[in-house]
Amino acid sequence: MSEDSTTLPEDATENLALTGEEETVGERALHRIVIVGHVDHGKSSLIGRLLHDTDSLPPGKFEELKEVSARRGMDVEWSFVLDAFQAERDQAVTIDTTQIWFKTALRDYVIIDAPGHREFLKNMVSGAASADAAIMVVDAEEGVREQSRRHAYLLHLLGVQQIAVVINKMDLVDYSQARFEEVSRQISDYLKSIGSVPLVIVPISARGGDNIAGRSERTPWYDGPTVISTLDGFHGHPGIGAQPLRMPIQDVYKFDARRILAGRIESGAISVGDTVLFSPSNKTAKVRSIEAWPQNSASDTAAAGESVGITLVEQLFVERGEVVSHMENPPRLGTTFHARLFWLGHKPLKVGDSYKLKLLTQEAEVRVKSIERIVDTQTLQNSAGDAVERNAVAEVTLYSRQVLALDDYGDLSRTGRFVLVEDYDTVGGGVIFMEGLPDQRQAITVKSTNVISVEHNLTADSRAARNGHHGGVLWFTGLSGAGKSTLAMEVEQRLFAKGYQVYVLDGDNVRRGLNANLGFSPEDRTENIRRVGEAAALFADSGIICITAFISPYRVDRDRARASAPGRFHEIFIKADVATCEQRDPKGLYKKARAGEIPQFTGISAPYEPPESPDLVVDTAAEDVTESVGRIIRYIEDAFTLKKRAD
Amino acid sequence: MDRLDELEAQSVYILREAYNRIEPLAMLWSLGKDSNVMLWLARKAFFGNVPFPVMHVDTGKKFKEMYAFRDRYAAEWKLDFHREECPPIDAVDPSLPPAARSAARKTEGLRTAIAKYELRAVIAGIRRDEQATRAKERVFSPRDETGQWDFRDQPPEFWDQYKTDFPPGAHIRIHPLLHWTELDIWLYTRREGIPIVPLYFARDGKRYRSLGDEDITHPIDSDAATLDDVIAELQTTKTAERAGRAMDHEREDAFERLRATGYM
Repeated sequence: MSEDSTTLPEDATENLALTGEEETVGERALHRIVIVGHVDHGKSSLIGRLLHDTDSLPPGKFEELKEVSARRGMDVEWSFVLDAFQAERDQAVTIDTTQIWFKTALRDYVIIDAPGHREFLKNMVSGAASADAAIMVVDAEEGVREQSRRHAYLLHLLGVQQIAVVINKMDLVDYSQARFEEVSRQISDYLKSIGSVPLVIVPISARGGDNIAGRSERTPWYDGPTVISTLDGFHGHPGIGAQPLRMPIQDVYKFDARRILAGRIESGAISVGDTVLFSPSNKTAKVRSIEAWPQNSASDTAAAGESVGITLVEQLFVERGEVVSHMENPPRLGTTFHARLFWLGHKPLKVGDSYKLKLLTQEAEVRVKSIERIVDTQTLQNSAGDAVERNAVAEVTLYSRQVLALDDYGDLSRTGRFVLVEDYDTVGGGVIFMEGLPDQRQAITVKSTNVISVEHNLTADSRAARNGHHGGVLWFTGLSGAGKSTLAMEVEQRLFAKGYQVYVLDGDNVRRGLNANLGFSPEDRTENIRRVGEAAALFADSGIICITAFISPYRVDRDRARASAPGRFHEIFIKADVATCEQRDPKGLYKKARAGEIPQFTGISAPYEPPESPDLVVDTAAEDVTESVGRIIRYIEDAFTLKKRAD
Repeated sequence: MDRLDELEAQSVYILREAYNRIEPLAMLWSLGKDSNVMLWLARKAFFGNVPFPVMHVDTGKKFKEMYAFRDRYAAEWKLDFHREECPPIDAVDPSLPPAARSAARKTEGLRTAIAKYELRAVIAGIRRDEQATRAKERVFSPRDETGQWDFRDQPPEFWDQYKTDFPPGAHIRIHPLLHWTELDIWLYTRREGIPIVPLYFARDGKRYRSLGDEDITHPIDSDAATLDDVIAELQTTKTAERAGRAMDHEREDAFERLRATGYM
């Protein structure tokens, strides 16, 4: 093998012969390659050289290049090929993402040239996010630098999985194998540490044309692929067609009698006759047709990548933003999600700030609930912080008031990513992680069919007339140790003594029977609260004042409970901060949570979403039990007791 | 999906985003091969309808074949068609070289049309492979109140999440063909059977590769008399597509200057 490792100018052709693919007009594949690396490590020069060596420069361009370079007193400066702008030429810095076309014998390529300057991150992101593969350029003399690491990290974050490394400027280190291996080790170690692997590492000199199109005699110790055969060795798109169906609705058209739901299939496939599920509305319908123009081009099935239109058998009101899936493997529903994001905003991202989320075609206001850690892409050390500065990467938790259809990035990359908009600008992008968060879908799905409501012969008024008060739900919410159970039991006793029909639902009496089959996973917790909400609503219907004492940390869960007892639901916020609760720690749970024995403990390692407009706030850190009970009793007498009128 | 399917699906996605997110908007129809493909894609995206106005900013100096083509298909495709006038050439900066001056006149015509219909956006059929400056474009590309393009501070654009939020007064250019190449356009035209102005095909050893105003566009030497011939020719040529456009040669930065002031 090493015997033949002299110049092999035709190795691209060799590759073609190996794969046995024929060049057919219109069927040549197009690959998008992004070139990244630290400033001045030679990205633009590599591109200029690639164009020249694949015979892709227009006639006269090489002569023009020599002339322009000579005028500036340089040898041939390959990077000038790309410098479309006068301004850029004068600064000798690449300003923006540039796209350049060239072809090998195997296929066509678009190169996206991403700039190395730190402040130009957004351009790098714009270029790299759409790439099929990446080439990272590292200077043999300088070795791995800040931007090398940063770009590698971002490629990984953006989902570019195929990365090849070229060690450039080998001429400056006398084509030293030892130096090549040293720099190779630097970059490999870093890539490994972020969960990435270079497909290949090539020693090159863009200036000298070594190992670009043909193998160089000056690196006899290297017998790996050239840059061009590396490109030709990249794979095409991964099999997104075999993944679960996701088709976000882009628009609904009524140009004629047809009501067409338009959208692009991000993954999976859809067929006429399929029963599909819409998220987050949770509606289902059957696909009547897949529409197309001209109409004779319509098909009965469509797959990932296609922009299509469907009509439904049922008349369903759905809008832009809904995600179409099959009944199996639907997206998750949730209001809270974890994200790893890169920040491009001029103003830092802060806890409590609101942004517009764009997730597929969904838009929603989200708030930053917490910043878990800020990631130093250099050292991969995490640090804490309450603000994420421009160009930083961080792990955060975001909260939306409305329910979203979400995918975990690890499951489905195309639908597990989002951007954030502030004012009018895109200020960040991120990928979603749902670990430890509940899927809200179970809780809103009515599984039983043939359920018909039966009217009682008794009215709520007649029940209230007998009891002297209305029925209703008093929903106590707050951290563990805030005093919910204590207050609930006190209030129950006092009300009973006053002649009220009252009953407390709490964890103990519910988990022993009604919810005996539920554990403490996020899904089970959501289901636990859903059942409590439904049970409390039945108590309220029967005329009883039902007090519930559950942490119920998620707003969406409480909103659902409110919806089960419309007009009779009273949200009571039993307020005490974590420090106070931890100090009380009546069941020793905080201690265990701090010791890591209880995962996902509300207030410590899981979020608590305080009520936004509770009917009553009881601050147990500021007042004693007697005062609190008194206030709750007064509230109940006021809200529930039948008013005695003169007539 | 083959390459043309992918290009088509992406363009349809872009057109649907534009129509859903931005209003009012119009499509520019230059009568050339690119904007014909763009119109065709709009009919695909909207199931045979083009749900926005289609504008031809007319210099009055196009080839007669182009006008005939325009009038025929505007009617046949039931377009909401608008012909917009350019100002007289005397009204345009005389310090510009002739071809650039002519382009500046067209820019002014476009600006007038945008103001007249209070358009938030226009959809234009430029491609990244046409010219180095165009390679730097975004799919959704904002202009300021004066139509200026700030190529140094373009918004980030990734994961097909385009910029769709704008301050009052801002204007946007939408480029659904940005990712196509000249060869892609011809391959797609052939596959779909899209009508085309006959000037693109050789007569007496000459044909037009790019169509602008009659007085500043020059034919190239070619025997490509059919779609198949043109495609075969393009697969071997290395001459730039706009080589026949006079203004591109007037100064290194002529194109960029035009572009910054709103030229397509």
